[in-house]
Amino acid sequence: MTGTSLITARERALAVLGGEPDDATLRRYLHGIAGVDAVGLEQRAAGLGTRSIKTTSKQWALDRIIQLIDLTTLEGADTPGKVRSLVAKALVPDPADGTTPRVAAVCVYGDMVPYAVDALGAAHGDPDDGLVSVAAVATAFPSGRASLEIKLADTAEAVAAGADEIDMVIDRGAFLAGRYGLVFDQIAAVKEACRRADGTSASLKVILETGELVTYDNVRRASWLSILAGGDFIKTSTGKVPSAATLPVTLLMLEVVRDWHLATGQRIGVKPAGGIRTSKDAIKYLVTVAETVGEEWLVPHLFRFGASSLLNDVLLQRQKLATSHYSGPDYVTID
Amino acid sequence: MSRLAVPKTYKLYIGGAFPRSESGRTYEVLSASGGFLANAAKASRKDARDAVVAARAAVGGWAGATAYNRGQVLYRIAELLEGRRAQFVAEIEDAEGATRAAASAQVDEAIDRWVWYAGWADKFAQVTGNANPVAGPYFNISVPEPTGVVAIVAPQDTSLLGLVSAVAPALVAGNAVVVVASERFPLSAISLAEVLATSDVPKGVVNVLTGSPAEITPWLASHADVNAIDLVGASALDWVDLEISAADTLKRVLRPEQGPDAAAPALGRITAFTETKTVWHTKSMR
Repeated sequence: MTGTSLITARERALAVLGGEPDDATLRRYLHGIAGVDAVGLEQRAAGLGTRSIKTTSKQWALDRIIQLIDLTTLEGADTPGKVRSLVAKALVPDPADGTTPRVAAVCVYGDMVPYAVDALGAAHGDPDDGLVSVAAVATAFPSGRASLEIKLADTAEAVAAGADEIDMVIDRGAFLAGRYGLVFDQIAAVKEACRRADGTSASLKVILETGELVTYDNVRRASWLSILAGGDFIKTSTGKVPSAATLPVTLLMLEVVRDWHLATGQRIGVKPAGGIRTSKDAIKYLVTVAETVGEEWLVPHLFRFGASSLLNDVLLQRQKLATSHYSGPDYVTID
Repeated sequence: MSRLAVPKTYKLYIGGAFPRSESGRTYEVLSASGGFLANAAKASRKDARDAVVAARAAVGGWAGATAYNRGQVLYRIAELLEGRRAQFVAEIEDAEGATRAAASAQVDEAIDRWVWYAGWADKFAQVTGNANPVAGPYFNISVPEPTGVVAIVAPQDTSLLGLVSAVAPALVAGNAVVVVASERFPLSAISLAEVLATSDVPKGVVNVLTGSPAEITPWLASHADVNAIDLVGASALDWVDLEISAADTLKRVLRPEQGPDAAAPALGRITAFTETKTVWHTKSMR
């Protein structure tokens, strides 16, 4: 997981913006982006959600969903034991079926990273190699209401403890107040804090918290802003706000990623998180990704589900396909 | 002046809502004389799965309610049935071709059975539970607890009485129910669901599917999250196979019954869907 280095990201941003990333330049650029056709967007998303999926495709989709999951626990009541059991589940999702793939990563609070790293042991690594990454939420998650020093310390601590991926939240207050330069600088600074001593860098996921951005136009602007500032992934939500990941919002963010790829050739990841609980919903997201940016995006480095209860539902569906009778929650682990 | 009749659409009852079948299918319900009565939803296996999910979610609350409260809620259903007597009598007359007297008698009997079972709610534990004698300074107490989710194939030859006779006893102990109504006479089952929806029964405690029992029942019998299956109305089905697939997932099974005495009121129908929990507790040593 090596993200693009800050230098090239900044140079690219300067080239795209045509000036320093201050409030005025960013405002001119972001407000120059065409507005979102909300009705069209929701209709397109609804249309993508009605595709009929045949059994063999479903089998493939279920396994792929598991490989794309960031298995998450973000509770105030998280204990080292809870994190260890989460890691056990990430490594062996279904003890009754050895063919079940591993999830992409476990996602925990920064102070839980050492326990996750310890529990993973030799299985800690790149999901492309069949290993499991550790993602940590940072920057005063979920509100993001803290000084920059605290956010950077939060990030650096998680990276030093062994986190491979950092999920940061943007300062929604600053964004909504039009302080785009501030948001840009914070993302860029956190990106810098993701750097390890050996010169490699943890991957940075930027959480927009779309439920608090109110409009689709804002989501589109925040997506562009996060990508310009150097985010490797854009993520919908913290999961702590009632309106979390929705299909239209994810579609919109995928469209930004597609446009960015067409403009610069760089591939940015997308992570819908919060509220995706059933295999049926998750498959709609796979369809949306494949139809918007292409199937090559359905890999752990470019697409993730942030979820906790989704995994159990996928396992139940897998068991249904394997045994051809319906399974029940007694046949998967409680988490 | 003649007016255009407004026929009612009969839908499923799942999780306290009245959805159409996920499959979009319906079938024609005919009267005894062969005339068209209504379109009823033809449930698919996915509807059955949804119903089991709804029932599973409802078990905790219903089983956790006090026995006294469950009795009150069940009695309330009898009260509401009494208020809609005329509708049920008319439906049974149309569907079964029964005389008014026979239809009335069926509705009366159904209401009486609700009342009889409602009365058992806070009494059956006294009859079937026990304080066991043990050789030591302990109390040893056995109490019946609900099995969980019970799937029922309702008796196929009556509209209301068979359905009530199978559903009510399963509810008494605190189970949640997924019932496949009579294929020929499904309309009273949905009308009963409307009564349940406006009574105090929590959503999901009773789920009613209409359609082909031959199609739906195997999915319920093999469903790992169903704890018991009552095959009382399944005599026309391949019920031995159903029993075998039920055994594969360790379900309690009640076998088919036929004739006018099918599902006759009995304490045994309540205890069939209970598990005995035995606890030890120390006596005080003074």
